[in-house]
Amino acid sequence: MKRIYMDHAATTPLAPEVLEAMIPYFSKRYGNPSSLHSFGREAREAVDDARTEVAALLNAEPSEIYFTSGGTESDNLAIKGIARKNKKKGRHIITSSIEHPAVLEVCKALTREGFEVTYLPVTSEGLVEIGAVEEAVREDTILISVMHANNEIGTIQPLEEIGRLAGEKEIYFHTDGVQTAGKIPVDVNSLGLDAFSLSGHKLYGPKGAGALYIRKGVRIESIQQGGGHERGLRSGTENVPGIVGLGKAARIAEENMAEESERVRSLRDRIKEFVLNEIEDSWLNGHPVKRLPSNLNFGFKYIEGESLLLYLDAKGVAASTGSACSSKKLAASHVLSAIGLSPVESHGSLRMTLGMANTEEDADYACRAIFDSVKRLREMSAMRPE
Amino acid sequence: MSQPGYSEKVMDHFMNPRNVGVIEDPDGYGKVGNPTCGDVMEMFIRVKDDRIEDIKFRTFGCGAAIATSSMTTEMALGKTVEEGMKITRQDVAGELGGLPPNKMHCSNLAADALHMAIEDYRNKAAGQKG
Repeated sequence: MKRIYMDHAATTPLAPEVLEAMIPYFSKRYGNPSSLHSFGREAREAVDDARTEVAALLNAEPSEIYFTSGGTESDNLAIKGIARKNKKKGRHIITSSIEHPAVLEVCKALTREGFEVTYLPVTSEGLVEIGAVEEAVREDTILISVMHANNEIGTIQPLEEIGRLAGEKEIYFHTDGVQTAGKIPVDVNSLGLDAFSLSGHKLYGPKGAGALYIRKGVRIESIQQGGGHERGLRSGTENVPGIVGLGKAARIAEENMAEESERVRSLRDRIKEFVLNEIEDSWLNGHPVKRLPSNLNFGFKYIEGESLLLYLDAKGVAASTGSACSSKKLAASHVLSAIGLSPVESHGSLRMTLGMANTEEDADYACRAIFDSVKRLREMSAMRPE
Repeated sequence: MSQPGYSEKVMDHFMNPRNVGVIEDPDGYGKVGNPTCGDVMEMFIRVKDDRIEDIKFRTFGCGAAIATSSMTTEMALGKTVEEGMKITRQDVAGELGGLPPNKMHCSNLAADALHMAIEDYRNKAAGQKG
């Protein structure tokens, strides 16, 4: 059966060149970068090269890049590390209500350490408004953490405006860039960022490798103790093959970004036009323009998302949903709730995130599969137009 | 490929549901659930000599909701209304080879919809006699 992967916001396949670059570091070049001998030195060089590549992707200095195990660890390190180190200055943190759990749950955990958190609302298109940030800022605010683009609805936040405000108020500014690194341009300087989290496996790199950008001079402490690797900020022997893969993936992403994002955008628009025109009672969640080129998030009335996902899966199309029925806690997506969808509306959501392997033929096949699946499920639904 | 936790039989009833549709002027009709919770089921029965001669359902919901609806109709078809009332959610879930724990409430709904349709039939029948 034809299998079409349209869940690139969940993870991406490893690019073949990335795999090739990684392999020697499992077998021949297995040294510990901390060792002084030749084995150690060649591993150290590889890690430093990868650092340079990741820095280039973000317009940062290599010395501002710290390798981690992925997006979740980067978010934990940035938020906990900055909050704890600066708690004498203040204990207030601002974030948005649509962050990934890797940010939301960290903020929640910090409230148990005496920090206070303001969760900014978003517009019906998923945008954080700068006015809301301004209003939330207090004397004791030490950190603002707002994601670059949302993983479910793809809305891209006005980081530059928030960064400017944070700079003026001398508040540290972190962003979870897991969905944007390698997908759209990121310039930590023009965005006014002090910290930026990214993950390897979202940009055709390996799972288990990520990075955190920390601007030089930012006051931050480590969250795990050990041998003092990564200039004391992240102890633990470096995941050399993973880091090499991340570096390679960053370089490929930088080289291909302009062309690939245009290509993916046109596929996305092809599916969007078809679905919105051909399927009644369907709509697009998120922002029409300020949106990741790869992201689609549809709503369909009268059907439930898990059913739709599994019908599509049976036709070989892999997508995801924000329906409560598909979540472990049976709760609707917090993102869809935050943009004002009722539980009934969020039940019928379908997220499709496109990527490198998808072709125009795939897009057309997916359109047909969505059309047929929605039709079939609606025929058996107990809900229908009044 | 299948949803973690869904048995093969659940997937079969979900992908190829039995007895989907409506019965015009049914002898009994039941509708349960709440769109906010994500599941709404309706069941239609045709009864002859106290036996469920035909049964149809329509369901809005997840894979488990559709599969349990389908399974319930299959179990109830041909049974007496008395026997139909005795079909429990455990029976439905058991017949399907089990359901993930967080989906057990779906089987609850399917059995409820059936029982409600039978109650409706009984009320109507009592009304006619009276």
